[in-house]
Amino acid sequence: MAAAIRQLARPVGGAWLRWVPALTLALFLAPVGAGLIGTWLPAFGYFPALGGTEIGLAPWRALVSYPGLGTSVWLSLCAGVLATGLSTGLAVGVVAACHNTRMFARLRRFLAPLLAVPHLAIAVGLSFLIAPSGWILRLISPWATGWQVPPDVALVQDPYGLALTFALVIKETPYLLLMTIAALDQSRAGERLAVARSLGYGPVTAWVKTVLPAIYPQIRLPIYAVLAYSLSVVDMAIFLAPQTPPPLAILVFRWFNDPDLAMRFVGAAGAVLQLAMVVAAICLWRLAEWAAECLGRRWLTAGGRGGSGRLPSMLAEGAMIGLYATAAASLLGLALWSLARRWPYPEALPVSWTLDNWLRQGPGLWWAGSTTLLTGVAAAAVALALTLGCLENEQRRGLTTSGRGLWLLYAPLLVPQVGFLFGTQVLTIRMGFDGTWAALIWSHLLFVLPYVFLSLADSYRRLDPRYARAALCLGASPNRVFWRVKLPMLVRPVLFAAAVGFAVSVAQYLPTLFAGAGRFATLTTEAVALAGGADRRVLGVYAFLQAVLPLLAFAAVLALPARRRRAGPAPAGAPL
Amino acid sequence: MTTEPRAGRLELRGVGLRANGRVLIAPFDLTVAAGQVATVMGPSGCGKSSLLAYICGTLDPGLQADGRVLLAGEDVTALPPERRRIGILFQDDLLFPHLSVAENLAFGLPPDVRDRAARQERIGAALAEAGLAGFGERDPATLSGGQRGRVALLRTLLAQPRALLLDEPFAKLDVGLRTRFRRFVFDHVRSNHLPTVLVTHDPADAPACGGPVIQIGLTSEANGGEIP
Repeated sequence: MAAAIRQLARPVGGAWLRWVPALTLALFLAPVGAGLIGTWLPAFGYFPALGGTEIGLAPWRALVSYPGLGTSVWLSLCAGVLATGLSTGLAVGVVAACHNTRMFARLRRFLAPLLAVPHLAIAVGLSFLIAPSGWILRLISPWATGWQVPPDVALVQDPYGLALTFALVIKETPYLLLMTIAALDQSRAGERLAVARSLGYGPVTAWVKTVLPAIYPQIRLPIYAVLAYSLSVVDMAIFLAPQTPPPLAILVFRWFNDPDLAMRFVGAAGAVLQLAMVVAAICLWRLAEWAAECLGRRWLTAGGRGGSGRLPSMLAEGAMIGLYATAAASLLGLALWSLARRWPYPEALPVSWTLDNWLRQGPGLWWAGSTTLLTGVAAAAVALALTLGCLENEQRRGLTTSGRGLWLLYAPLLVPQVGFLFGTQVLTIRMGFDGTWAALIWSHLLFVLPYVFLSLADSYRRLDPRYARAALCLGASPNRVFWRVKLPMLVRPVLFAAAVGFAVSVAQYLPTLFAGAGRFATLTTEAVALAGGADRRVLGVYAFLQAVLPLLAFAAVLALPARRRRAGPAPAGAPL
Repeated sequence: MTTEPRAGRLELRGVGLRANGRVLIAPFDLTVAAGQVATVMGPSGCGKSSLLAYICGTLDPGLQADGRVLLAGEDVTALPPERRRIGILFQDDLLFPHLSVAENLAFGLPPDVRDRAARQERIGAALAEAGLAGFGERDPATLSGGQRGRVALLRTLLAQPRALLLDEPFAKLDVGLRTRFRRFVFDHVRSNHLPTVLVTHDPADAPACGGPVIQIGLTSEANGGEIP
């Protein structure tokens, strides 16, 4: 039957569709590949535009002798690996400990807003919150601490990168939690748990011993993406990591922007080092997985039943609530600062309020806001069209996706941005369209597309194929089935994927700078440009608006009325 | 396989099931003596599996149940599943694919068998009992349906349950195999003195049991089974 339908479907309106996957891959893998080559060549001295025509190791010598390089690498590694480890442990721990509890349902409901808020807004908000002059110390000073002036301790930009690690954990835990839940939905976890518990296993032990081994392969790639991101993040690190010396990615970024053009070579070598660091960290993580598997097997079969799991549940719940509360307080802090006229230390709240901070930004804010909005909408729309094309092509031709396809999709998320964007920029300059809208949207698309695809693919593939078959048998063409049956049935996941894409675009920093050639200012680039400036009120305006745009997009999707026509009330207890 | 006889009956007192106020299973009483197999008959979708889930403590939170479950006179209704010690076999064997056959059995064996050699010995004995000596290192997926079913039963028995629930474990086997596996299960039920509840929609299962038979779900048949 399915084969017959495929035969039926193939000749009708599918001719152009089969080129969509190839086009998609070309659009978003070519820049990554070309960017890597365009970065590696200068790293070994070859860059004719700047007079480098001889292959050699001079850039590497300059890189290695750069003062503080070792500290930078070590700082990146520590913050990145620690943040990934904590986020993974917490996300898995929460699911293991709270699976199927009421608290879990509540945590799940607040996942989307936390995912929507850009990394940078959390970083800025967190720095406003935990700095020596931050909101937390204001709330407890001077009555509890006795401090009339901010204490002289490095609570943000601390030498160990802990503030950066903390901010990364706030943002990455919800993402990994979402991925774990998605994997869980396909793993028959309920039956596995029922078996293990009827054999006498405590709830948390049962989950870790029987469900985790089944779902880990599915959350492996997201974990690697988090690791790659955490090791090479720039915008968050500018606010939260120490700056002398900074993490490696910031160092590389500075070299690429150095007025001395010769530093481009060092930057390119640094970019290669950054990539090597990510590759090494992923390999190490893989080794640790193997080790855990070997040790875990003994533990798995030793028969230990575990306890009631109440303590881990409470710990995991407490940690998650702490993360949510910190994120919410960070955003609230941004809003307060953006509305403060005067907020002297150690007042708990602004002493006088104003809208001037917003109004005074006038055209600059308007321009940055509309650039952000336009780029985000355009990138999300293109990504959505390509994703739908790929998925529809896959279904019409009865294809299944391979694991390798998934790795390709993750490629732009696994390769550090500073590791290839310079080369991509060189490419766009040579093609003569750097600094155009097309280059800007294309560069965002690299990172928007994987997320749109990942968030839509499951719903699309899981739509009951009998609906499409029924429509085909009623004489509808495959295109009509797509527009009139599938899309309307999937309107929610489709719009949700679009909101995800929009949020990803809003958060982009390096792509905007590299592809925009300095001609485009978004809320993100403006906010970073304000880093180090003393005025929290202006920074609050930009960072808050940056956080609000994606939140509004998600709120709009969630507020959509469920467009389901019912003949009458649903029968009570009908299977969902 | 010989385990300590833990003689004790399983009693259901006024046990019934509702979904959003609609009665799936009207409250009923049932007493199953040690070593006896009671049969609950009903069409598919009438809530038989949910009834077993309620007895072993894993009922879906979307369903409501009444009544009490007593095991050897002890009320276990409020206990979490892992402390009830009620074993269950499903229609699918649910052997864990990430573990070998022997490791699946080791998973069931309690941790108080500490010594590695003793654990190996118990597992070896269980394998021999299932006619699967030497199959320990195999991947469960390479076993036949009947073999997997036997391993699943032995895994359950190694955990030393006080009662056994059978959720149509014979339904997927072909007829000849079904008779043999059924006998294998019932022999173990008797030798372990386990009070056992079997749910099935196959009328052939009931006479083979020899215990009490209860028919449920006839009234809600009209709106129970099919997905609208």
